[in-house]
Amino acid sequence: MSTPPLPDPEVPPPAATGTAAVTTTDEKPPPQGNTVMREILSSGWLVTVLAVVLALVLSGVLIAAADDDVQAALKYFFSQPMDTFAAAWSAVSSAYVALFQGAVFDTNAETFTAAIKPLTETMTVSIPLILAGLGLGIGFRAGLFNIGAQGQIILGAIFAGWVAFHLDLPAYLHLPLAMLAAIVGGGLWAGIAGFLKARTGAHEVIVTIMLNSIAVYLIAYLLTTPVLQNPGSTNPISPAVPKSAQYPLLLGDSFRLHAGFIVAIVAAIFVWWLMGRSTIGFKFRAVGANPHAARTAGISVNASYVWVMLVAGALAGLAGSAQVLGTDKVLTADVAASFGFDAITVALLGRSKPLGTFFAGLLFGALRAGGFAMQARTGTPIDVVLVMQSLVVLFIAAPPLVRAVFRLPAPGPRKARAARSTTKEVAA
Amino acid sequence: MKLELRGITKRFGALVANDHIDLVVQPGEIHALLGENGAGKSTLMNVLYGLYDPDEGEVLLDDEPRVFAGPGDAMAAGIGMVHQHFMLVPVFTVAENVALGHEPVKGGGLIDRAAARKLVKEISDRFGFDVDPDALIENLPVGAQQRVEIIKALSRKAEVLILDEPTAVLTPQETDELIGIMRQLKESGTSIVFITHKLREVRAIADRITVIRRGKVVGEASPTSTEQELASLMVGRSVSLGVDKGPAEPGEETVQVRGLTVIDPAGVRQVDDVSFGVRRGEILAIAGVQGNGQTELTEVMLGLTQPVAGSVQLDGDELVGRSVKEVLRAGVGFVPEDRTIDGLVSEFSVAENLVLDLHDVPPFARSVQMNLAKVRANAEQRTVEFDVRTPSVEAAAGTLSGGNQQKVVLAREMSRPLRLFIASQPTRGLDVGSIEFVHQRIVQERDHGTPVIIVSTELDEVLGLADRIVVMYRGRIVGEVPGGADRDVLGLMMAGVPLAEAQAQAAAHHTTLGGADLEAEHGTTTEEADR
Repeated sequence: MSTPPLPDPEVPPPAATGTAAVTTTDEKPPPQGNTVMREILSSGWLVTVLAVVLALVLSGVLIAAADDDVQAALKYFFSQPMDTFAAAWSAVSSAYVALFQGAVFDTNAETFTAAIKPLTETMTVSIPLILAGLGLGIGFRAGLFNIGAQGQIILGAIFAGWVAFHLDLPAYLHLPLAMLAAIVGGGLWAGIAGFLKARTGAHEVIVTIMLNSIAVYLIAYLLTTPVLQNPGSTNPISPAVPKSAQYPLLLGDSFRLHAGFIVAIVAAIFVWWLMGRSTIGFKFRAVGANPHAARTAGISVNASYVWVMLVAGALAGLAGSAQVLGTDKVLTADVAASFGFDAITVALLGRSKPLGTFFAGLLFGALRAGGFAMQARTGTPIDVVLVMQSLVVLFIAAPPLVRAVFRLPAPGPRKARAARSTTKEVAA
Repeated sequence: MKLELRGITKRFGALVANDHIDLVVQPGEIHALLGENGAGKSTLMNVLYGLYDPDEGEVLLDDEPRVFAGPGDAMAAGIGMVHQHFMLVPVFTVAENVALGHEPVKGGGLIDRAAARKLVKEISDRFGFDVDPDALIENLPVGAQQRVEIIKALSRKAEVLILDEPTAVLTPQETDELIGIMRQLKESGTSIVFITHKLREVRAIADRITVIRRGKVVGEASPTSTEQELASLMVGRSVSLGVDKGPAEPGEETVQVRGLTVIDPAGVRQVDDVSFGVRRGEILAIAGVQGNGQTELTEVMLGLTQPVAGSVQLDGDELVGRSVKEVLRAGVGFVPEDRTIDGLVSEFSVAENLVLDLHDVPPFARSVQMNLAKVRANAEQRTVEFDVRTPSVEAAAGTLSGGNQQKVVLAREMSRPLRLFIASQPTRGLDVGSIEFVHQRIVQERDHGTPVIIVSTELDEVLGLADRIVVMYRGRIVGEVPGGADRDVLGLMMAGVPLAEAQAQAAAHHTTLGGADLEAEHGTTTEEADR
């Protein structure tokens, strides 16, 4: 027996025509601007954690399937099935142990410094993810699906790089100025999308995607001109960032961890204040949750769109500055790597809240840092990490699926239906 | 066909929407299901129609237990449903809509349009529906669309027809036609379940009335019961049906709307050269069927859209051309027609919703820093003042009942010193208790000397609240009548008939409900009976 179609009791069917105007005595649903986003942002912590667990389990299957020993054992699975399981267990456990050792604490290391180096690497890698993720999270909560962090990071890096290479200033001026330039660069780049949306209604998804492409080619071009290129070089690479414009190292020369991490922490606190305690964040959230009601209450929705993008871009720009002025200390076309896209995942995983984004950024930093160790030590392709990240997003985006897998009771009548339909399927 | 529901129980989590409901509908009977919004009427009918599985209880047709896995099963068993929101494809013809899902086919899998057309014609002629099978749905008036829905149900050989709040979108004259159709269907042996919360209608049409309150059947009533009796049964306590208000003491005219014209992007004149004035201390009601420009009129007055011509003056200040914020700060209070869309941010707490308009001015903010303690204190005070029932002021506004949501909107809009108060459909979808409260507050605002504009499609509300009534039809003002005018005259004006002609027509022929109105007034000898 199949489950009968279950219309949502809270969503009355739309009126058939324009003339059959909606005169209703029932409650109408709030505007469904961004239902998926709302679902993601409103799901509980437990679902988030379980989504990560589920992703780890499924990735384990993938690791086992890709392992040579497992494949060999599978050939005689029916005579010696335990061999396959043993091989699978060893492949998965060693991969995950390597991942942990590469991301948090290397138990094999001889010195304490070497042992905690992976953790500092995780923190270093997480800086751009956290910063850009914070910016994207603001956008998500304000109803803007900004996927242009990649371009905004690049522009931030270009601006910061230009200040770093072309100005000769003392450190107490040079670094702040370079950071400011990054904020301006990222903010302006994102501001284009916000301005176009406010003035013409151009959809921010399309505009930010296009701006990403433009940014990629813009930096490639600038790296072949005196604006960014290292004088005398023919390679598309900038000069080294002078010491005065570098983020200071936090733990001495043996670690890459730099003050960008402090910036990320400060930014997270700033975003918490902005969204939770300021009138600006109040407007952003009101526009994101219900633009109609916001407008009716006298809030300028269009101005909000522009400001949201400016702030989001500024944070992404800072992420770019962390890369060029801290981690890489030189500007190449690959400065943004895939941070801009991973930051989307980070913001979603962190449910667009500052604290959540911070920890999600650390988790993704750990996966990235640990992925290299995993590949080096166990031969498990680093692509598995990408699959893992994708699976996390997939499960986060489908809370009912996670609840169904773990047989979680769901809160509220709406969710009770989902639970009911699954039990019904099980019973059938 | 005899329909019986036995012990139907339906729960949504902790909420019991239907609690052991028993209902018997005899063949050829018009059975009214009367209850307030949220009483569980629609849930019950969705169980019957196979949209929900009951947790307990069974559905019997001609004494045989039946289980419906979905609407398809229910339709096959002879149950038809006309939803409150029509399920029609606007760009399809009547025949195509009726055939949809049951298309007659000829060889090669082609749809037999001629057969579909013939079917519509047949049913339409049998009941005198006067529906053209080739008309596009989008070109039909609402009443005709509803007839198409009924034809659709009848074409599936429905023997029990469920009508869910069928009169919500109709003018009194269209309602009258619907009543005629229901009587014809009854004579031809079709049973009708008629869901409503309008007392006047059930008394006019129903053979039997079952009253539901909070998911339970609380009693049966005969159509000879008075409205007062029905209302008390429905609400669970005695209620005052009229609006309790003294005579208006209008002051000077401080609101002047002149030649206001709004043209939408499609080029339609939504508001066409509208002029009126409102005086201090009076309630002006703008009556009309939904979609005749009232929404656009209020939007333009608030500054949400700009008119192509005309002016709105408040105490001599021009409001046209100002932003919404400026209009609000100029002393305009606005209750939008749809609180869930334009009135509230459902995810926001009650406290946040109460300062949606004033969140960035003292005492709630100093420069950009919000004062959450003040926001909270304000909420504590307002929720008491406006009797908002909420577990806490931090609860999300979306979790409150419709009545309490509306009180939040009202509390916010009345918390500023007002020079003009505009409320659009202020009591739509509310329970009787909340309606009383909202009406009382609006009258209070009037008595403070504020000019008040009420936009409503509910004749009862217009007649109960207004000191003066203007009727809008297709963006224009048809005419003006004093408060407490004749229902039938208003109804005709809502259909576009000019005042003088409407008066003549109404004198010649009273509608069923208008007649019932007079009857009721004579019967109960209320103080307005001599009106």
